[in-house]
Amino acid sequence: MSFFKVENLSIQFGGVKAVSNVSFEVRQGEVFTIIGPNGAGKTTIFNLISLIYPPTSGRIFFEGREITGMTPHRVANLGIARTFQNIELFEHATVLQNLLIGRHNHARTSLWQELLFLPAVRRAELAHREAAEKVIDFLELQHYRDSFVAGLPYGVRKVVELARALCIGPKLLLLDEPSSGLNPEETDDMAFWIEDIKKDLGVTVLMVEHDMSLVSRVSDRVLALSQGEMLSIGTSREVQGDPKVIEAYLGKQE
Amino acid sequence: MRFHFKTDYDQDIRLFKDGVQVFWYGLLAVCLLGLPLVLPEYLVGQMVFILIYCIIGLGLMLLIGFTGQISLGHAAFLAVGAYTEALLQARGVPFAVSLLAAALLSGAAGVLVGLPALRLKGIYLAIATMAFGFIVEEIITRWEHVTGGNSGKQLKQIDFFGVTIDSDARFYYLCLGLTAVILLGLINLMRSPTGRAFVAIRDSEISAQSMGIHLARYKTVAFALSAMLTGVAGALYAHKLQFISPEQFNLLVSIEMATLVFIGGLGSFHGAIFGAAFIIALPQVIVFMKDYLPTAVAQQTGLQPTIFGIILICFLLFEPLGIYGRWVKIRTYFSLFPFYRRGMFRRQKAYMKSDRLK
Repeated sequence: MSFFKVENLSIQFGGVKAVSNVSFEVRQGEVFTIIGPNGAGKTTIFNLISLIYPPTSGRIFFEGREITGMTPHRVANLGIARTFQNIELFEHATVLQNLLIGRHNHARTSLWQELLFLPAVRRAELAHREAAEKVIDFLELQHYRDSFVAGLPYGVRKVVELARALCIGPKLLLLDEPSSGLNPEETDDMAFWIEDIKKDLGVTVLMVEHDMSLVSRVSDRVLALSQGEMLSIGTSREVQGDPKVIEAYLGKQE
Repeated sequence: MRFHFKTDYDQDIRLFKDGVQVFWYGLLAVCLLGLPLVLPEYLVGQMVFILIYCIIGLGLMLLIGFTGQISLGHAAFLAVGAYTEALLQARGVPFAVSLLAAALLSGAAGVLVGLPALRLKGIYLAIATMAFGFIVEEIITRWEHVTGGNSGKQLKQIDFFGVTIDSDARFYYLCLGLTAVILLGLINLMRSPTGRAFVAIRDSEISAQSMGIHLARYKTVAFALSAMLTGVAGALYAHKLQFISPEQFNLLVSIEMATLVFIGGLGSFHGAIFGAAFIIALPQVIVFMKDYLPTAVAQQTGLQPTIFGIILICFLLFEPLGIYGRWVKIRTYFSLFPFYRRGMFRRQKAYMKSDRLK
């Protein structure tokens, strides 16, 4: 039984074939990266996996169960968390409130209990807070706990986005360009965190990335895409040396 | 400058942050309880209106300020509550039961309006809710057999568990109790997962979905709760006026309710209360000012709506945080003196959101 499998996934927007017949498998506990030039369909694949777009054809399996066609909010319940390329944080809430919203699918209190704020709700709130604090410690966000997101610098927002995804308690983490917009030091930090996430938390990571040094450093396997089609799949070195991939990025040698 | 040294997670969950807050709110409570003893009957009546509009404001703030769903047809729920109360009281139903029925029926109407809300955003939702307001107003006018049409309906005084509410003072205490209970319930809601889900839906629907928040369910709950509260306010409103007719629930009333929320300060319950006080106080101020204005201006029939509109525009341009926002700024100025800087509350628009998924 595979951990996560995508079979012949395709999506067409009118005449544009954004993704054509992509199939791959992600093993539990590995870091799997999707690379490709701009417009290759990487974020579209993420949107397909997070069930935001329904595919034109193809199937998606998670832990042996087919998840194609489920409603989007079920994704978090299944254990799949994602970050967004253009940060989609809750701007008018504090960092801590953002993380607590990430704990939503662990909330088991009913509306009536909450209106009366029964002791069960209070205990649940304290439990959520503890879990969020663990993530804050893991990503060193203590300084920003009570700041409103609207005033935070970009690098910190990226980390908050990652923290919020971790608060879901996922088994599979989808990272959409985790190092875009980060300077070299912040990219280093991100690399360390991805390694920590893999080793300490045991979370499987599926990411889209452009920064090749980060890709070589953390990935176990890499998939190269171009124009919505698969080019090559293998270890980082194999894929970066593949002539088809080099041609897609740099063009044919005249 | 007060500094909160936090040693316990409970401190963030508690209702009051420190003893000073408890003191000031306690003082407010004492003043509110003693109000009928010092104010003349007329002003106590005005306070009752303020409390009724507080409940309206709280309901609408929950929807617009916290869940981000605009509604320009909320007078419809006011009408449903008012007419339910009138009709049930005429049949001899006790007040507690009829109030509950008014709330539940308005809540059901809220769910009905919530259904198109699931697919509409922004101005389209505003139009849909406005249409609902028109529909309910028409139904009330035409369904003469039940609602009395344009002749309206009269109400008797409330008999609340054997106590006849025959004076403004008693009605004031009834409304005060209800407002306090409702406010407490809403504060409890906002500090638990459902409240956070509402805020998530307001700020980023796509993100909220990724966190596992079922959009349809929470939007419907928001509309239902908001409608229920407005229905309760409607029932109280009917008893205050002792006579209701369709003109009291038209579009202008809906817009007045939305104005209340924006002027008071979007995004906090304090804003709803400030807005309610403002909406009731303004006509009194205008009446007072008429003596000092030139005759040509004072005799205009549309004076009050004009002034309302001008004030709303001024607030949107110069003080988007509303009356409560201005109050927070003044309070911060004095608590941080002399370190207050003018740009402290300025909103940053540094990051453009491109590539938004709809």
